[in-house]
Amino acid sequence: MIAVENINVGQQVGFGIIALMMIVGAIRVVTNKNVVHAALWLVVVLAGAAAQYLLLAAEFVAVTQVLVYIGAVMVLFLFGTMLTRSKVGNDENLDNRNGAFIGIPVALLLLGTLTYGLLKTYKAERLPLKNTPFNIQQLSDSIFSQYLLPFWALSFVLLAAVIGAIVLARRD
Amino acid sequence: MLISEFLLLGAVLFCIGVYGVIVRKNAVLVLMSIELILNSVNINLLAFSLKYNDISGQTFALYIIAVAAAEVGVGLALVLLIYRNKRNISLDELSEMKG
Repeated sequence: MIAVENINVGQQVGFGIIALMMIVGAIRVVTNKNVVHAALWLVVVLAGAAAQYLLLAAEFVAVTQVLVYIGAVMVLFLFGTMLTRSKVGNDENLDNRNGAFIGIPVALLLLGTLTYGLLKTYKAERLPLKNTPFNIQQLSDSIFSQYLLPFWALSFVLLAAVIGAIVLARRD
Repeated sequence: MLISEFLLLGAVLFCIGVYGVIVRKNAVLVLMSIELILNSVNINLLAFSLKYNDISGQTFALYIIAVAAAEVGVGLALVLLIYRNKRNISLDELSEMKG
């Protein structure tokens, strides 16, 4: 990795810091004993993901990530925590008994397999720095021409989700 | 930047999410772990979008964000319903289908 020429140092350092922050946050999400704290650590991971999208030259996706995930989904999670009256403060009853004995081997095995495959396939392939980045117009052209059918399907999914959520959650 | 850095970050987040889905018992926390998995997929899609100079990756990343929002909405409605019926959202107590 160090031997690669004309590396963009700022990008590399930014990537490293944000990636470390995201991994620490993700581990805190799955190990925290407090539901609200886990939700707040999830905000760290999602914001870090938005920053990574910016490094990947996808600014519209990054803005959407901030709006939808940090704006809407997190509020939904906090409402869900509130409405199910989770215990305030630490709750020892959040994890399966002996779940870690299955979870850690499965996660490590999966990580080992993925790492092996990825490093073998994309050993030192670089992301192009010189491409002109896509603009939002090209993105909307792609959504509304080539991928119009998935867009319609997605509209139906969202409609069904809205109706389904109302039907499930109403009290009568 | 090497493409494998982003792909490895995605892999690490994916595995942490899988760990969370296996270990957690609280339904809301399982939904949070699923969000981690979906985000790792988005990082992969955008990395490949930049690598192959193809905008389809960004398009589908947006679609995944929309599907994730719908999934969380329905999921939390289900959790709320379970809480209303059982006063509890532990997933291991939902054993009515065991026979």
